Amino acid sequence: MDWFYVKGILILSGINLLAVLGLSLLTGFTGLFSFGHAGFMAIGAYVTASMSIKFGLPFIPSLMIGAMGAALVSLFIGRWTLNLKGDYFCIATLGFGEAIRLILDNVQYFGGARGWPGIPLYTNLTNVLILNIIGVVILVNLIRSRHGRNMKAIREEELASQIIGINVFKYKMTSLAISAAYAGVAGGLLAHYTGFIQPKMFQLIKSTELTIIVIFGGLGSISGSIIGAIVLTSLPEILRAFAKWRLVIYGMAVIFIMITRPQGLMGGYEITYGNIKKLVSRIFSIFNTKKTLGGDKQ
Amino acid sequence: MATFLQQVINGLSIGSVYALMAVGYSLVYSIMNFSNFAHGGVIMIGAYLGFFAMTLIELPFIIAFALAAVGAAMVAVVLERVAYRPLRNRNAPFLYFIISAMGASIFLENIVIATIGPNFRTYPRVFSATPYTIGSISIGRLDLTMFWVSAFSLAVLIFIIEKTKTGMAIRATAYSGRASVLMGVNTDRIIFIVFGLGGLLAGIAGVLFGMKYTVYPQIGFITMKSFIAAVFGGLGSLPGAVIGSVLLGTIETLTAGYISSQYRDLISFVLLILILIFRPRGLMGKVTEDKA
Repeated sequence: MDWFYVKGILILSGINLLAVLGLSLLTGFTGLFSFGHAGFMAIGAYVTASMSIKFGLPFIPSLMIGAMGAALVSLFIGRWTLNLKGDYFCIATLGFGEAIRLILDNVQYFGGARGWPGIPLYTNLTNVLILNIIGVVILVNLIRSRHGRNMKAIREEELASQIIGINVFKYKMTSLAISAAYAGVAGGLLAHYTGFIQPKMFQLIKSTELTIIVIFGGLGSISGSIIGAIVLTSLPEILRAFAKWRLVIYGMAVIFIMITRPQGLMGGYEITYGNIKKLVSRIFSIFNTKKTLGGDKQ
Repeated sequence: MATFLQQVINGLSIGSVYALMAVGYSLVYSIMNFSNFAHGGVIMIGAYLGFFAMTLIELPFIIAFALAAVGAAMVAVVLERVAYRPLRNRNAPFLYFIISAMGASIFLENIVIATIGPNFRTYPRVFSATPYTIGSISIGRLDLTMFWVSAFSLAVLIFIIEKTKTGMAIRATAYSGRASVLMGVNTDRIIFIVFGLGGLLAGIAGVLFGMKYTVYPQIGFITMKSFIAAVFGGLGSLPGAVIGSVLLGTIETLTAGYISSQYRDLISFVLLILILIFRPRGLMGKVTEDKA
C-alpha cells in the first residue's frame, strides 16, 4: 500500500464527504429524502469542467460557478416538487436524477454518452481537505443557528412548525439549494480529479450510495456522516481482495444495518469536546460504582 | 397510418409486460406504502431461472416458465422475510424500507454477477421468426405471446383480488391495515401472499423480457419503467398500474418510432416528473393526505 494509493482513497472519500455533508443537511436535518443527488453532482461536474476548459477560468471560481449551477437547478426542481409528500418527493428526485443523466447522454457538446476526457487535474489532497473543512464549518454553524433549528423543527413535525410560523416551504428550498451546492462542488472536484467525466458516473446507484452513507453514519449527525463517508468509500477498496464478491457483501451490509441499527453509527450524536468529556466521565463513573458496589448483586 | 398502428401494437405488447411488473409494485405499495425497488432483482432472477431451465436442463417452454415464476416468487417471499419483516415489526419509516430494498437489489444483482457472470445471454428460439400479417401490419409471434400471457396472468390476478376471500383481505388491508387486523385478518399472511403473487408475475415478466431481448444482470433496471408506469397509473391501484403500463409502452414505442430511440428513456423520466408535479396521485391512485 503506497502513499499514492492511500491518497487516492482519501481524495475520493473527501469528494464523497462533501456530497454527503450536503445530503446530511437535507436528509438528516430537514427530513427530506433525495435519490437525485448524483444529478446535482453531474451538473456541478459538467459546469465546472466547461468553465475551466471552455472559458479558461481558474479552479476555485469554476467550482463556485458549478455549485451555483447545481443550486439554481435545485431551486427550479424544488419549486415544483417540494410540495409533494414523503415518498413522492423521493420519486421525483429519482426521476430528476435519471433525467439529467439521460439529457447529458444526448448533449454532444459535452461528449454525450462517450464521456468528456482531457479535464485538467486540479484536485489534490490539500484543496479537498480545505474545502471539506470549510464545508463542515459552514454546516455546523448553519445547524446551530436559528435557521438550522427551524429545519430540525420541520424534520420533527412539519405541521406543528408551520403552525408556529416557520415558512416550511422556504426552509425546505434553502436546505435543498445548499445541499445541491455541496453536491455541485463535489462533482466539480470529481471531474478535476479523474480528468474524465461520463454521464454513467452519475447513475441512480451513486445517489443511493450517498443516501446509504448518510443513513449509515446516522441521521442528524455530521460526525456520523464524516465517519460514514470515510468508512464506506474505503470499504470497497479494502474488500478489493474479494473482487466481485465485494458488492454482494456491500448489499448484505446495507440490509444488515437497516434491520439491526437503523439509527446509524452515531445515532444523532456528535463528536464534540463536551460529548467526549461526558462519555469519559460516564465510563469512569461505571468503574467507580463497580468499586463501591463490590460483589453486590442487584 | 399503418406505421402508427404498427407502433401501437408493439407498444401494447411491451406495455403488457410492464403491467406484469407494475402490478407487483402497486400491490406492495398498496399494503406497505413503500416502493419496493428490489422488484427488479426478482425479475432478473426469474429471467435467469427460465434461461437455465431451458438451456441447461432443456425443459419444455411451459415448464421452464412455471419454474421461473415459482422460483421468483420464492425469492420475493424470502426477501420480504429477511429484509422487510424486521423493519415492519419495528414500524420503521418508509425510507428504511427503500434503503433495505436498494441493498437487496445491489445484493441480487451482484450475486448473479459473482456466480453466473456479467455476460449477456440469449434465450433459445421458441417461436418462429415469421410474423403474422394482417394487411400491412405484422405482429411478431413472440409479441403476441407476450401480450396474451400477460393479459391472462393479469386477468387471473384481478380475479383473485376481486372475487376470492383472500383477495378481499388484501383489499381490506390496503384500505386500512389496522382495521383489518381488528377484523381478524392475518397481516403477515397477506403480505406473504402479496409478495408471492408479485414474485410470480415478476418471474413471468422476466422470462418474457429475456426472450424479447437478452438476459443480463442489470435487466432489473427495466423495472424502472414499470415503476414509472405504476406512478403514472397511481401507486397502489391495480387497474391504474395496468392502464399506466399500456400507455407508457405505447408512448415509448411512438417516441422511438417518430422521434428517436435515444430519447425513449428520457421521455419516460420526464413524464414521471411531470406526473408528479401536476397529478401526483396518478390516473387513478388513492388520495393521500398528511394526517398530523
